[in-house]
Amino acid sequence: MTETYREINLSSNHRTTEDTMPQVQETVFSLQSVGIKYGDFSAVSNVNMEIYKNQVTAFIGPSGCGKSTLLRTFNRMNDLVLNSKVVGEVAYQGKNIYDQDVDPVEVRRRIGMVFQQPNPFPKSIYDNIAFGPRNHGVKEGIDDIVENSLRNAALWDEVKNKLKSPALSLSGGQQQRLCIARSIAVEPDVILMDEPASALDPIATLKIEHLMRELAAKYTIVVVTHNMQQALRVSDKTAFFNLEVDEEKDTRTGVLVEYGPTTKLFTDPKNEKTSDYIKGKFG
Amino acid sequence: MTLLSTPRSTTKDVAIALQTSKASTRKERLFQLFLLFSTLVGLVILVVLLVDIVVDGFSSLDLGFFTDYTSRRPEDTGIRAGLTGTLSLMVLVALIAFPIGVGSAIYLESFAPRTWFTRFMQLNITNLAGVPSVVYGLLAAALFAYILNFGRTLITGALALVLLILPVIIVAGKESIKAVPPSIYQGAIALGATPWQAVYKQVLPVAMPGILTGTILALSRAIGEAAPILVAGAVFSRRADSEPWNLTEPFAALPVQIFDFVKRPQEAFQVEVAAAGILVMLFVLLLMNSAAIVLRNRYSK
Ligand SMILES: Nc1ncnc2c1ncn2[C@@H]1O[C@H](COP(=O)(O)OP(=O)(O)OP(=O)(O)O)[C@@H](O)[C@H]1O
Ligand SMILES: [Mg+2]
Repeated sequence: MTETYREINLSSNHRTTEDTMPQVQETVFSLQSVGIKYGDFSAVSNVNMEIYKNQVTAFIGPSGCGKSTLLRTFNRMNDLVLNSKVVGEVAYQGKNIYDQDVDPVEVRRRIGMVFQQPNPFPKSIYDNIAFGPRNHGVKEGIDDIVENSLRNAALWDEVKNKLKSPALSLSGGQQQRLCIARSIAVEPDVILMDEPASALDPIATLKIEHLMRELAAKYTIVVVTHNMQQALRVSDKTAFFNLEVDEEKDTRTGVLVEYGPTTKLFTDPKNEKTSDYIKGKFG
Repeated sequence: MTLLSTPRSTTKDVAIALQTSKASTRKERLFQLFLLFSTLVGLVILVVLLVDIVVDGFSSLDLGFFTDYTSRRPEDTGIRAGLTGTLSLMVLVALIAFPIGVGSAIYLESFAPRTWFTRFMQLNITNLAGVPSVVYGLLAAALFAYILNFGRTLITGALALVLLILPVIIVAGKESIKAVPPSIYQGAIALGATPWQAVYKQVLPVAMPGILTGTILALSRAIGEAAPILVAGAVFSRRADSEPWNLTEPFAALPVQIFDFVKRPQEAFQVEVAAAGILVMLFVLLLMNSAAIVLRNRYSK
């Protein structure tokens, strides 16, 4: 993938580039028959998809269809949930991250996550960002890492004079950008975001969305959102998930219904369910 | 429009509904009076006790009382052995019980596999917090003094108190750790921290004020106990030449000395000297609790 592609991607309407540029898409994640169970309950079944480098991929779908669950398998955060079990293959750069010899800590270093509720550590702004790099043994140049991360998260100007003040004194939107800055600080490849703007007001939301577009130049982003407009504004690819109900067995499980370029999915969905959902008929 | 045509309550209805009912105000007042009364009962008893002790004991509180060992004559007697003994016990118990207690709390709360065995252990620890203190004294006497052959010495007494407060520290520690929002742990883990880094660097600092408070309160309870250390080997008087810090020496302690004063035949001992001893003890406890507050405030900043 070339630099120019990224620049165009940033400066002009990014989605038009998709049609004009050659489709060189480097795969970051490749999911094969992925299913996730909580105990006996199958939350997500049989997902096959690829996530592409330097793109924003949006997950949409009704509540409870397993978007968060699937997102958490990308960096093995599901390991923290007792009784959760992943089947199939979640390949990151060709390597199944659920293989026996994979260290989940290393996975999470490369694949960061931003949560729905901003969750800064109850420490200073500075320490929030320094925590990650320090853990990974970085001793020199922490100041620079802090500054760069905050700049990249479009927060530097707002906090540069109060780096030592408590992170919890920031506004919700600032806290969320701090959490993004914090995950950038460990130089990940991929940033997973689970409804990162759902707790924020419209202006803070726009800032986060703008930020996602900018970050896509350097990182691969997967974002869960309930906001269709948001998916349309920020993402290159959109995946629509839905609940599949089995009346006989009385079970419901999340499945991937449709996946493709965002403009295509929103203007010309192949599946009737997708079109109903994006028109707001259910969800 | 349907919205406007729906029947509404009249202004008068509303005015009546909003009026405070007399019965409920009276109940409210009565309840508040009761609460005030309960608070006062505790307070009055405490003040009476304190005044009584100060009146009785103040005259005996001179410098000599702190620097002298016990004597047969009430005017010559002192609390030095008990004071140094209690201070040594305090330091020893804190040094041993805090790391073990906090370690177990961290393990049980953050790392132990959720098996029936873990649950069984947790249940037992909670129950142990309610076991009478003298039982720990007996256990320490049997286990440390005789089986391990430490004798009836300072270390045996300290270990008796360690056993006594360990369950309390573990329970307080577990509660404090549990009270830390899981999002903090998750946030750290998502940044590629190991479980230990996440717990040690993010969860523990948040839990620390609670852990410290629990520990110091447990410690001040232990320091006031006479029964377990009596059983484990505390003595009433000590030679002037023995070292207070020597782990393998017999030891005295404030509550034991007070107990000794009270059961002597002379009234001067039973009233004045004992009260003076209690004053010293109260002062030590007050110091500890202030330390708890200072420590906690510093940590929570
Ligand atoms: N920790 C858990 N333990 C057990 N079941 C869970 C757990 N987390 C989620 N589930 C179940 O898995 C299913 C999918 O949940 P998930 O949170 O992934 O949905 P979602 O698509 O993110 O929903 P939302 O849009 O409301 O966030 C739900 O039925 C939920 O009850
Ligand atoms: Mg969710």
